[in-house]
Amino acid sequence: MSYRHPPLHNVASSAPQNRSWLYAWHLDSNLMQALLFLMGFGLIILYSAGNESVHTVEGQCVRLGFAALVLIGVAQIPPNRLKSMAPGLFFMGLLLLMAVMATGHVGKGARRWLDFGVIRFQPSEIMKLALPMYLAALLHEKILPPPFKTIALCFVIILIPVGLTALQPDLGTALMLFLTGFCVIFLAGLPYRYLALFSALAAGAVPLLWHFMHAYQRQRVLTFLNPETDPLGHGYHIIQSKIAIGSGGLFGKGWLMGTQSHLNFLPEHATDFIFAVAGEELGLVGALVLLLMYVWVIWRGCRIAYTAQDTFSRLLAGSLTIAFFFNIFVNIGMVCGLLPVVGIPLPLVSYGGTSMVTLMAAFGVLMSIQTHRRLWSQ
Amino acid sequence: MKELVKNHLAEKALFQRRLWVACVILGLLFFALIARLFFLQIIEHNRYITLSNENQFTLLPIAPPRGLIYDRHGVLLADNQPIFNLSLTPNKIKSLKTTIADLQKILPISDEDLSYFYKQLKQNGRYNPVVLKAKLSPEDIAHFYVNQYRFPGVHVDAELVRSYPMGNYFVSALGYVGRINVDELKKVEAKNYLGSNYIGKLGIEKFYENDLHGQVGYQQVETDANGQIVRVLQRMPPVAGRDLHLSIDASLQQAAVAALGGEKGAIVALEPKTGRVLALVSTPGYDPNLFVFGISHDDYAQLRDAPDHPLYNRSIRGQYPFASTIKPFSALAALYYNAVSPDWTISDPGYYTLPNGSHTYRDWKKGGHGRVNLSRAITISCDTYFYQVAVILGITRLGDMLKAFGYGAKTGIDVDEELPGLVPTPQWKLKTKGQPWYLGDTVVAGIGQGYMLTTPLQMAHAVSGIANRGQLYKPSIVDYEVSRNGMKMKIPSVVSSFISLPPDKWDLVINAMHEVVLSGTAHYSFGVPPYSVAAKTGTGQVFSTFGKELDKGKVLPKNLQDNSSFIAFAPVDNPQIALAVVIENGNHAAPGIARQVLDAFFSEPENVIPTPPTP
Repeated sequence: MSYRHPPLHNVASSAPQNRSWLYAWHLDSNLMQALLFLMGFGLIILYSAGNESVHTVEGQCVRLGFAALVLIGVAQIPPNRLKSMAPGLFFMGLLLLMAVMATGHVGKGARRWLDFGVIRFQPSEIMKLALPMYLAALLHEKILPPPFKTIALCFVIILIPVGLTALQPDLGTALMLFLTGFCVIFLAGLPYRYLALFSALAAGAVPLLWHFMHAYQRQRVLTFLNPETDPLGHGYHIIQSKIAIGSGGLFGKGWLMGTQSHLNFLPEHATDFIFAVAGEELGLVGALVLLLMYVWVIWRGCRIAYTAQDTFSRLLAGSLTIAFFFNIFVNIGMVCGLLPVVGIPLPLVSYGGTSMVTLMAAFGVLMSIQTHRRLWSQ
Repeated sequence: MKELVKNHLAEKALFQRRLWVACVILGLLFFALIARLFFLQIIEHNRYITLSNENQFTLLPIAPPRGLIYDRHGVLLADNQPIFNLSLTPNKIKSLKTTIADLQKILPISDEDLSYFYKQLKQNGRYNPVVLKAKLSPEDIAHFYVNQYRFPGVHVDAELVRSYPMGNYFVSALGYVGRINVDELKKVEAKNYLGSNYIGKLGIEKFYENDLHGQVGYQQVETDANGQIVRVLQRMPPVAGRDLHLSIDASLQQAAVAALGGEKGAIVALEPKTGRVLALVSTPGYDPNLFVFGISHDDYAQLRDAPDHPLYNRSIRGQYPFASTIKPFSALAALYYNAVSPDWTISDPGYYTLPNGSHTYRDWKKGGHGRVNLSRAITISCDTYFYQVAVILGITRLGDMLKAFGYGAKTGIDVDEELPGLVPTPQWKLKTKGQPWYLGDTVVAGIGQGYMLTTPLQMAHAVSGIANRGQLYKPSIVDYEVSRNGMKMKIPSVVSSFISLPPDKWDLVINAMHEVVLSGTAHYSFGVPPYSVAAKTGTGQVFSTFGKELDKGKVLPKNLQDNSSFIAFAPVDNPQIALAVVIENGNHAAPGIARQVLDAFFSEPENVIPTPPTP
């Protein structure tokens, strides 16, 4: 196989030449700013959602700090190294997932955690990075758009970790993993006719999926379809979070003035349902500001993917960015009653969660891709 | 031909196209989120702000403290005591069954509590607290508070509850309050009872319910998701009910209960000049405090099935034959209609036979009283004399006089449960018995037997009419009310009847009644008191021996013994008290018991009023 080397080119207008010291640290200043704004805004919301506990905010700062270190660390790894690490990381993730199935720590009726004494973590979080990396690395070697055989292989690779995660059972993460993996294939040029075929298949799979769902998962879906049927049980979360958001109005009730959260009508208001606190206290305006910050991050991610210099980088940056979007979309969609209740935190704003570290690592990957570009262009 | 070599430029272009497509999809999804937020926060905002306020704010009624009840000297008869109840707000509770099962593990909740709770739950709906267990002990409260975090929607509420410190003594007059039920709620202004759990069920508590209850207050509170009150925003205080001051004298009431000493009977004492009730007793009594929370089934069955019927308020509901207590009234009727001259004298052979009749009506004294005039006939209670008085008067004129003295109709005392007694008329007999009135009916009416019935209250009311020489006042237990701002409202004395007779005719009857104690039928049983008393005894036959003597040494069983009654007022010149005593199967016990009551009354210096000098 011979490669056609892209012609060397003189510095393009967008090429990094007189970048800041951040660039030397392989950090993208634009994305960094967006993330810092987002984290700052998130901490402000969290202070209120955590019932004005400084302790909660401190804990969150420590987590964010740690996650930022992970980001910086990952950013130092050039994309080529990432590509070569991808298969190892993926298979290690698979092994850990299987280990969880065997021995994992049971929390809230599900087997999701691995306990290493000091640290408990969810191997499915590793998969959120390892799966798109492995797929991107795989597709990097193939001719795109991918032929049917490659697509089939990719789906097998996706479905193994998705299946293992769904069996834990952690439907939310399984869904996110599937979306991430699917994004890679889509961006790689999955022919639209296959897309139509898969959509049809997916629609056909719904009854089958229903059959294999746990009772609580079915209940969530049913409740989502009609929350008022069970106002104290499963519908309570959705009803109360809709009341919180709706009662916020245009400008909100004011920071720290949310009654739904401060009087505990809104459950999980510091974690999965924190967006409802923002909607209640800061109103539509505040919610839009928050969404705008997310758009900024996603826009920057897309920009990095757009200008990335090889297939691996492009696919990885694109799929991670879109996965980040889906985290936001599924969370906010759930909180405002568009989607069923799936336990996914609001990225960078919700309190706690190992998912924050994964997210920041993903941003590290994006920054690495952006800052390890060679000074040529096609 | 299939490409075998990667075309980087084409792949990049493909990726960028795909990224654009993805961005468009992302944009659409973002738009969906924003549209949803716009819908919730702008279009549906009003609905959700209402729901949020409903979550946050609750308008809670505050029950007004019930008015207290005092006796004439300020002795507290009905009090409000704070108690603590465990109540559940159903709409805040996920599973009532498991919550109750868990509560049962830490608190003693009986099946009776549970069945009452479920009954209340049906009436109450899901949004108001329902009491699961009343009267928590301090230990119960502590047990609950330790575990409270496990029980959202469950609270300990304080409430003021009626208590009757001298329950047994006053239940015949005061009645009691009990938990309000649906039928009672329909009769009152439901809004005013939002915070109230109790309502007067009987007696004074029922009659004066409107005055005692007061006006409900409200507070707007902010509550959290567990229904706990976070702060009070607005408060409109309730208006407490009015205090009632009774004319009843607690010590006299207690003395009357003591005098009855477990007999089945009743004592009613009135103030003749006002109609105020001094004592209203029915024995045996019962503890009204049992009824406040809803009496247990066993306790109630015990009271209901007791042979001496404690739940039966004999003082106002016991309807007894007049017996000989009718005689002064017969005499007054005879004098009023000039049917009989005071000097009219008969020679009593011990029986009376109607002209053309074969039936003989016996006197209580075998062999008769000899020569008897009207005055003497009252004093020695001569049956033969009054058989003839009745025949001369006729039932209509006798009945009219009895009705003028308040017999045969409710006196209008401020207790609802009163019964009217009976003064029969020929029309009444035809209507209810389907028989004509016989002259024989009139004969026995002359000595208060036959169809005639009276309550102890009516007897006291009527005798106070004699004491007052014709002026009768409607009996009333409550003397005055005091509202929370200190305003005193006197219950006016109402003249219920006036009978006009010349003074010498009153003197004749009153003196004859005075003689009853000095030398007449009550001479031995009443004794000689340090105050002057006018009285009349009565003996109501429960079992007839048909004129035969009982065998020597044989005594009738208690439940076949005669009812004993006694009416009196004292002092004769300036009456301060009018009294009626009825003892079921009392066998002539009434005069002695009346003596004890009167002694108790006159042992209080304030009741001994010097006789005004005669001009």
